[in-house]
Amino acid sequence: MSQLAVNLPGLQLKNPIMPASGCFGFGREYSQFYDLSKLGSIMIKATTVEPRFGNATPRVAETTAGMLNAIGLQNPGLKKVIDEELAWLDQFDVPIIANVAGSLEEDYIEVAREISKVSNVHALELNISCPNVKTGGIAFGTIPEVAKELTKKVKEVSSVPVYVKLSPNVSNIVEMAKAVEAGGADGLTMINTLIGMRLDLKTGKPVLANKTGGLSGPAIKPVAIRMIYEVSQHVNIPIIGMGGVQSAEDVIEFFYAGASAVAVGTANFIDPLVCPKIIDELPALLNELGFDHISECTGRSWKNNEQLAYHRA
Amino acid sequence: MIRNEQCIVLSNQEIAHNIYELTLKGELVQQMNEPGQFVHLKVSDSVDPLLRRPISIAKIDQSNDQFTMIFRAEGNGTQLLAKKKVGEFVDVLGPIGNGFPVEEAKAGSTVLLVGGGIGVPPLYELSLRLKMRNVHVIHVLGFATKDAVFYEEKFAELGDTYVVTVDGSHGEKGFVTDVISTQNLSFDTLYTCGPTPMLKALEAAFPDKNVYLSLEERMGCGIGACFACVCRTKDDPTGHSYKKVCTDGPVFKGGEVLI
Repeated sequence: MSQLAVNLPGLQLKNPIMPASGCFGFGREYSQFYDLSKLGSIMIKATTVEPRFGNATPRVAETTAGMLNAIGLQNPGLKKVIDEELAWLDQFDVPIIANVAGSLEEDYIEVAREISKVSNVHALELNISCPNVKTGGIAFGTIPEVAKELTKKVKEVSSVPVYVKLSPNVSNIVEMAKAVEAGGADGLTMINTLIGMRLDLKTGKPVLANKTGGLSGPAIKPVAIRMIYEVSQHVNIPIIGMGGVQSAEDVIEFFYAGASAVAVGTANFIDPLVCPKIIDELPALLNELGFDHISECTGRSWKNNEQLAYHRA
Repeated sequence: MIRNEQCIVLSNQEIAHNIYELTLKGELVQQMNEPGQFVHLKVSDSVDPLLRRPISIAKIDQSNDQFTMIFRAEGNGTQLLAKKKVGEFVDVLGPIGNGFPVEEAKAGSTVLLVGGGIGVPPLYELSLRLKMRNVHVIHVLGFATKDAVFYEEKFAELGDTYVVTVDGSHGEKGFVTDVISTQNLSFDTLYTCGPTPMLKALEAAFPDKNVYLSLEERMGCGIGACFACVCRTKDDPTGHSYKKVCTDGPVFKGGEVLI
């Protein structure tokens, strides 16, 4: 498996594949299908200080090659996530990336400080890009200066490296990426969902109770690829790529764009075994493409020949 | 235990207007232990439609590894499912959820099974099992119109069966609750599956009875991970207690959750 092992800040991963936050709960449901130790990492569901019920239903609506969701960051709250979920996950040999969410700056700081102390949490994913909550979340993710300040404050209290999850719902993603890098981010995760809407043919009204939702699935993959392609050329911190990944081929494409690891989201809902399947398929695909190691693929879309030669060395 | 298996189509036929009866064969049938569970089907290998479709189980035949579903071909997913031919495969995830507790109905007692439209199918396997336990079953089945009626004779073989249509084109005219009161049906336990307004009306009408309701909600994963299909519990002092329709349900005891 050394062909797949990657090292990122805080994360020594046996492979670069992990389920994306919000698409895997805290792993319990998927553990009935396979051994979670097989995964490179797990990005657990967003955690807030207090428990959250989330939005009214319907919370999901299917779209062409995608789905809209407006769950609303439902989670049992910081204490239960630490005492029950992370404690349960400790039985597996897998580093956890804890997704940190909130409405106010203080919320993020409290969750980050406490959850980063847990031994199996090896990195944080700062969720400044959830499109489905009324306050906080996305406000922090669309104004560069605000994102930078929040990143800085979370970095001050976190015991582990901090990755910032970027929203695609901005006019200049490179500016956002540079801002959080300047704020001290150790890495980026991108992209979160694109804000979308679906209307009911009979009623003319939105299908989702929240009216708008976050679009995910294969439909958004080209947007993710383009944004990672742009951002990776302008920052010096690694990117965990996500957005419509379904196959080993998709993973390689994300690496080509500039990612150093890849998260799988919506595809888990369709095939609970998709992550281990991708992990199993990657070595043969790398061999077929002529790579000794998956990290040779990173940034291939924009790196010049000298840079690529260096990476092959 | 939930399994994922490619199940082969043994038969697929239209039994009423846009209503299909689909029988699949697969080893996961051995895991189907109670009526009222459902399966989550991938209807196409393509990314469109992307998500699985939750479909209730109408009949379980473990000795032959077969199970039957009855669904309405309405959206693009179920329309594709309706086109599946004998010998083709369907990607099945299941069985999922907690079904109707048959042990709640004592031998010799009377049970009322109330179904509305595409909520009728899971009541068939339930009725078969109750009958085997020497429970007296009465069915009240509601449909929109005559063309949508199915399984009337099959239910009639198991017990008294009242069919009601909204437009009066077959059986009584009106809603299931109308028939229950006009026929003055008495019972010990009520099991029901159908549209939410119907479930609400039944729960409100029989607060003192032993009532079990099967809920429906839009689902993502179907295995409890995505939190798309949650509902609030009735007893909720903190304001954030919930149940997932997919894995905590789809069958709940009356009064357990807010519908």
